[in-house]
Amino acid sequence: MTPAALLIALALLSAGAFWIGKSRSLALVGGTRGVRHLHSLPGHYGLMTALWCALPALAVIGIWLVFQDGIILQLVTRHLPADLRGLPANELALVMNDVRNLVAGNVPADSVTEAVRGAAAEYTRLRGVSRMALTVLVLVLAVVSIIALRARIKPDLRARNIVERVIEWLLILCSTLAVFTTVGIVASVAFEAFRFFQMVNPLEFLFGTQWSPQMAIHADQVGSSGSFGAVPLFAGTALISFIAMLIAVPIGLFSAIYLAEYAHPKFRTWAKPLLEVLAGVPTVVYGFFAALTIGPALRGWGESLGLDVASESALAAGFVMGIMIIPFVSSLADDMISAVPQSLRDGAYALGATRSETIKQVVMRAALPGIVGGVLLAVSRAIGETMIVVMAAGLAANLTANPLEAVTTVTVQIVTLLVGDQEFDSPKTLAAFALGLVLFLVTLALNVLALHIVRKYREQYE
Amino acid sequence: MNSTNKPRKTPQETQAIVERSLSRRYWAERRFRLYGLAAVTAGMLFLVYLFFVIFSNGMGAFRQTQVRLPVYFDPAIIAPEGQRDIESLRAADYPALIRAALKAKFPEVEGRAATRELTRLISGSASFDLQQMVVGDPGIIGTTEEIWLLGSDAVDLMAKGRVERDVPEDQRPLSDTQMGYFDKLESEGALALKFNANFLTGGDSREPEKAGIWGAVVGSFYTLVLTLLLSFPIGVATAVYLEEFAVRNRWTDLIEVNINNLAAVPSIVFGLLGLAVFIGFFGLPRSAPLVGALVLTLLTLPTIIIASRAALKAVPPSIREAALGMGASKIQTVAHHVLPLAMPGMLTGTIIGMARALGESAPLLMIGMVAFIVDIPQGFTDAATALPVQVFLWSDSPERGFMEKTSGAIIVLLAFLVVMNTAAVILRKRFERRW
Repeated sequence: MTPAALLIALALLSAGAFWIGKSRSLALVGGTRGVRHLHSLPGHYGLMTALWCALPALAVIGIWLVFQDGIILQLVTRHLPADLRGLPANELALVMNDVRNLVAGNVPADSVTEAVRGAAAEYTRLRGVSRMALTVLVLVLAVVSIIALRARIKPDLRARNIVERVIEWLLILCSTLAVFTTVGIVASVAFEAFRFFQMVNPLEFLFGTQWSPQMAIHADQVGSSGSFGAVPLFAGTALISFIAMLIAVPIGLFSAIYLAEYAHPKFRTWAKPLLEVLAGVPTVVYGFFAALTIGPALRGWGESLGLDVASESALAAGFVMGIMIIPFVSSLADDMISAVPQSLRDGAYALGATRSETIKQVVMRAALPGIVGGVLLAVSRAIGETMIVVMAAGLAANLTANPLEAVTTVTVQIVTLLVGDQEFDSPKTLAAFALGLVLFLVTLALNVLALHIVRKYREQYE
Repeated sequence: MNSTNKPRKTPQETQAIVERSLSRRYWAERRFRLYGLAAVTAGMLFLVYLFFVIFSNGMGAFRQTQVRLPVYFDPAIIAPEGQRDIESLRAADYPALIRAALKAKFPEVEGRAATRELTRLISGSASFDLQQMVVGDPGIIGTTEEIWLLGSDAVDLMAKGRVERDVPEDQRPLSDTQMGYFDKLESEGALALKFNANFLTGGDSREPEKAGIWGAVVGSFYTLVLTLLLSFPIGVATAVYLEEFAVRNRWTDLIEVNINNLAAVPSIVFGLLGLAVFIGFFGLPRSAPLVGALVLTLLTLPTIIIASRAALKAVPPSIREAALGMGASKIQTVAHHVLPLAMPGMLTGTIIGMARALGESAPLLMIGMVAFIVDIPQGFTDAATALPVQVFLWSDSPERGFMEKTSGAIIVLLAFLVVMNTAAVILRKRFERRW
């Protein structure tokens, strides 16, 4: 059976187990009339049987699927002819890749050697054996658990307590997933980045000003080491994010002030969601918009003013990114402004201040820490934004502060380095992970800082 | 001068100063208010302009230029030896039929180069449509039928007026001779814009006139279904644990901090995780909706957890106390009373999370869901692409015809998002309770 079919079979078995457990508990006390002699509700006995049937079997399936592929590959490797087995590890991996592609039907059978075809047949056979073994094991395990548990059901078995404890453990397991995700991100990205730093000096990466990873494609080419100085990428990211903030912060802030302090409630109820639509538009749409409309338009205006504007200028990408971030800034600032107690405003009005003076000198000052936190969050969004810059910013790593030129960013380089076929051990692909690590750490630091500021500010008025 | 010696202002003097400053201050007030209004208007204008650009570019994608030609299904070309088996019918030279039909229409065209220029008016994929017709009904052989054939990309651009007629010849997709053919067809009414069903039901193609989004829609569907199946139970379970069961200690604090931070990690980093762990370590297939769903699950979980926790918080404690007071256990309280009351809020959060996942493309680029895939994916492990990634792929294509298709695909994507968000709003309005 395929794993999917096996899961369905297991679900059916568990449903059967529920019914068996429930009817067994009822039978023990002589039907529904004797139900008060049971410690728990009949459904709890059913649920307990079902859990006992499903959980161990699921664990077996999970472990099996994780290790199956590796073990089968080991066994297939042992069946390869001696001359292939003697190959160095990376060439052997290429052969095994052929085998897998053949099994998956990605390549026609006559395009590979006899040995690979044999190995593929062996692979298919072993996979069949493994599936069969897994099916038998899981089904036997499930049925045995049902029988064993059915025998254990007694009227005084504390089924509800057991079921509830299991459910609580399942809840705890789910909630730890967030931690595992973070650990997974850090471990995987840091591990690949570490391998990169074994090949490239970290100081050269962080402070070098030459970025041309394309050099490293051919190992025997002159200058094949490539150069991995990431400063132009950091500078480009900073430039585009800065432009985005120049657009987003004033417009977002003034929108928030207007909506929170001036606008008629009716205007607010439809204007606020409409602005937030800007945040719901997929970033790939903004990227297309920037590349299709804003880029050429800026170029045209530049030409009419006698300026030389690149069609993938930092200005176009930053401008569109700024539009995307407006609702982000405005809704955060709106929250912060609304959190300022009315008594502060009333105090200012009582002293004769106009509305705008109250806002400028009382409300904004009180809300400032929160707004700074919100802006920091927006900056971290801008740094991590990918699609807009991939589609509208350049690929060449220019170290420049001129917004009319094309610059590239960290995210653009990650995408260009990793999209397409790649091997996992060239510095070119590993560089993407090093960039990803930097990106993760910088955004993480910004978020922690921003959340800290926002939380501290909130406490002030609670 | 000592400040204490400064004469105190009388109330009248102070009032005079205030009154003199009033007009300036009121002006500042008005200016300030105007800035705010201008900012809101600017945001709205951006939105309107964005939608205007997308729609004015994209509506054309739903209609495609077709050319009416009388096609003679010549037995001498399709089946010179009179055979009728499917294999040889498939292998017949259908482009020759189109060539013959065009030559019959334009008898003045002579020579190879001129003929080639003429056949460029018709899409290269039109011959497949003829093949389908013949294979479906071999009785058609030997007859002549008026058929609407798919026009080429260039004809489509001209027919829709995407390119001005009076630009120099080398900037136009059709040469002057071809324009002559074009005009003749148009004056005979043999050129028409018809509803482009293939755009909605077809797979991807290298030819803009033949490209459709169905493959990407199905890929997105598989990815999202799996994402929903994984992220909803896990997200709700996490929220229930943190809100209803967890005692506040270091461990739960750590979980909370993690969730808040994951919500702000750039999506591309999740793509790196998927590439390194799911593909590199576990050996799952590249480009598969399965891996896409795993990555998007991790990406949407924080959104769902945060929304679910808010929904649980909104359920008043009196409900829990009443249930506990009646002898229900903690789990029974949650499962029978709290969860049903919090469910609308949780579902709203989940739909919003799914809408985000639908629009997400950066992590999918990382795990290889960015390939040129013609076939419609059939399952969770087939190579597939997703709707936003299709937008990205087409926007990268050099052919001008793809610009319209890109905008068309964006319209479809936005339509899905509007439907999902509307559903979320209705759900919230309908089931929102004030306690």
